[in-house]
Amino acid sequence: MSARPSRRDFLASTLASSLLLAFHLPVRAANEPVQPPDDTAGKFAPNAFIRIDGAGKTTLVMPQVEMGQGIYTAVAMILAEELDADLAQVTLQHAPPNDKLYANPTFGIQVTGNSNSVRAFWTPLREAGARARAMLMQAAAQHWQAEADQCKAANGWITHESSGRKLGYGELAEAASKVTPPQQVPLKDPKNFTLIGKPLKRFDTPDKTSGKAVYGIDAMLPGMKFATVAACPVFGGKVGHVDDARAKKIPGVQKVVVLDDMVAVVGDHMWAAKRGLDALAITWDEGKNAKVNSADIWDDLRRASEKDGVVAKSVGDIAKGLATGDRVDAAYELPLLAHATLEPQNCTVHFKGDSCEVWTGSQILPRVQSFAAAAAGLPIDKVTANNHLIGGGFGRRLEADMVASAVRVAKQVDGPVKVVWTREEDIQHDIYRPAYRDTISASLSGGRIVGWKYRVTGSSVIARWLPPAFQNGIDIDAVDSAIDMPYDIPNFHVEYVRAEPPVPTGFWRGVGPNNNVFAIESFMDELARKAGKDPIAFRRDMLGKTPRLRAALDLVAEKSDWGKPLPARVGRGVCAQPSFGSFIATVVEAEVDGQGQVTLRRVTSAVDTGIAVNPDTIAAQLQGGLIFGLTAALYGEITIDKGRVQQSNFNDYRMLRIDEVPPIEVHVIKSGEAPGGIGETGTTAGPPALRNAIYAATGVALRRLPVDRDLIRAEKKS
Amino acid sequence: MATTLKINGEQKTVDVPADMPLLWVLRDVLGLTGTKFGCGIAQCGACTVHIDGKPVRSCVLPASAVRDRPITTIEGVGATDAGAKVQKAWLDLEVIQCGYCQSGQIMSAAALLASTPNPDDSDIDAAMAGNICRCGTYVRIRAAIKQAAGRRS
Repeated sequence: MSARPSRRDFLASTLASSLLLAFHLPVRAANEPVQPPDDTAGKFAPNAFIRIDGAGKTTLVMPQVEMGQGIYTAVAMILAEELDADLAQVTLQHAPPNDKLYANPTFGIQVTGNSNSVRAFWTPLREAGARARAMLMQAAAQHWQAEADQCKAANGWITHESSGRKLGYGELAEAASKVTPPQQVPLKDPKNFTLIGKPLKRFDTPDKTSGKAVYGIDAMLPGMKFATVAACPVFGGKVGHVDDARAKKIPGVQKVVVLDDMVAVVGDHMWAAKRGLDALAITWDEGKNAKVNSADIWDDLRRASEKDGVVAKSVGDIAKGLATGDRVDAAYELPLLAHATLEPQNCTVHFKGDSCEVWTGSQILPRVQSFAAAAAGLPIDKVTANNHLIGGGFGRRLEADMVASAVRVAKQVDGPVKVVWTREEDIQHDIYRPAYRDTISASLSGGRIVGWKYRVTGSSVIARWLPPAFQNGIDIDAVDSAIDMPYDIPNFHVEYVRAEPPVPTGFWRGVGPNNNVFAIESFMDELARKAGKDPIAFRRDMLGKTPRLRAALDLVAEKSDWGKPLPARVGRGVCAQPSFGSFIATVVEAEVDGQGQVTLRRVTSAVDTGIAVNPDTIAAQLQGGLIFGLTAALYGEITIDKGRVQQSNFNDYRMLRIDEVPPIEVHVIKSGEAPGGIGETGTTAGPPALRNAIYAATGVALRRLPVDRDLIRAEKKS
Repeated sequence: MATTLKINGEQKTVDVPADMPLLWVLRDVLGLTGTKFGCGIAQCGACTVHIDGKPVRSCVLPASAVRDRPITTIEGVGATDAGAKVQKAWLDLEVIQCGYCQSGQIMSAAALLASTPNPDDSDIDAAMAGNICRCGTYVRIRAAIKQAAGRRS
């Protein structure tokens, strides 16, 4: 067996070192100044996350960004649990960009992604809260000339147990600041948790209900102008000639900014900017990608997938394994996808010559700051980056391209300017989920899998986004769930082939496990049929080493009425996955009509995500993630012709709507294990479960997404 | 051209082009940023406001066409009976995730309840299918509308 680590092991062991800080793009040396942390004067500020003022007002600084996943509430619950804070006194604050103070422990940089916020910060946040509580307790004990172990903390107060005397955290803030932080602090026994595990109301939703929540696109500054941009429609192309005579006559248009690869119109409001942009006559120098089209991209990917890849994991003797029993081969293909965050890309910039301030919503704020600095031609400490609530991240806001382009525009504008992309620009200049082709060969003997050879072929996002993590030619994200196989298979082999299309690619909700789980779980159904076994029974028999997943599978079988009779043309499909550190089994029930049209009837999931910090959020994230994945499975595909993306808006890049979404039940399994990730799990689970439901209903073995209705109609056997 | 609008009960006079959609008047001229831009072509519903209590997509409605009819936005809908019920149900059932679409969802739901106090599933489908939620909160939106209507989901 090769000793290649899983992505989790790799990131935990390697990225924690500061080495990588010097390599991520763009380069920022570890000793360069960063934006100073928030104002801590006069407050008890024992660490980067907790500030308590003299009145007891407790500010919790959020190292991870809120983009709907409920992380502000989860982070606050974990901190407040160990701090024994009074939630009524708590307010939340976005963290400033600072890789040293707010690095995600898994990545070593300040970033929100890979469904790992709770996983990565679980212990550090508990320790931060517990250490602050210990210091407050020590301060109270000193005041009473008592021992700290005679004191008790609860709800923002320290009580001296024998005398009943009490001091509030605000009263203790100053004295606690002078206490030497303890090296070791005891953490609560989970059975004594008062917040963690409760379905608490979210902190961010009241303002989102009243329209008061401020997203990046809502930044408003005195004297602000508004701009919208058009990049060359062909990837990598440049601006040729711009005739702005008509645009300049549009009421409200202030300025036309021509950059080498894009054009912006600046106006008194977005309408002027948009009409101005529409009125420009632009000729583009389309460059080398002018003839790129989807057919060629797929030909290249398929050719690449015929090559041997770099071995990511190998167990047993794969040649012998594949030579035993009945062999089955299949290839699964997933398309390019846009993120289509409902908040279009935007960034507000005030470029002042010797300094620059930006306002946006980002999953990676230090990169916002460094991209802005590079575009402004300023040192990093001259750039202030303000984060906001995010109107959908899904990986799109792990990039800072929209910041760099906004700053380039702002350099030619007096005063602040808000740059907002149209939906068309947002879809046609995304950084797309890579297309993948996954080929699997397996052999069956005695109703079990005895050999499994799996090759993943696709673009490497890691190689561009976090180069130091791209080692030995393996994209640890692209094969993440391929090597983390839940089933007992004696001869097992995974390879990766890197194949880069002439289209920019990036992380998309579900990341690498999307392609792995789709291929594995689709193929498992084909193998079950070949073995003559029920899809759940077939999986269950090989889950001896993964009992948590087996338990989830048993629960979903019961809750989904698996095995009970269904009407004609209706099928149930299952997906089981251990991805992101959570064990999830999902059943989709779908109907396929004579025209190949697919209707979702019911979705059931059972999840063991370890300790569920906020069980209500776990259910919400799974429901939403399933819809995100099912949307892609039913409709999602970005296609390219003449170097251009052919989709442009929600009319031709479709989303599931409420009238297409069935009841979705989520059953959260009680667990004392460490928390797993949740935000992306539903996205990974939905597509293979749907694909298997169609397989059950029609006998058509789809091997490509999105669902091809014509193929179903043509091949349907029942 | 000068246009006077009645927004959430207040008169506002703005000098904007005649073809300028109400969305941009609200957001960029008046600073009422609760109403959101999502698509610009009436496909997503994020920009939904009420004119005379009826839901409209403000991204394609010229402000000059509104004339003296009353406009209600997310900032003002809580003052209506249906709007307050919907907002409460949204919080009770913790509908919201990223929240960007939710101003529009709440406006569509409030208009539905004002015209159809006890909507069934098909009424909800018809009234809400124009509002995209990219986070996928539809299951809870449906339940919250039923709760706001005084029914168990």
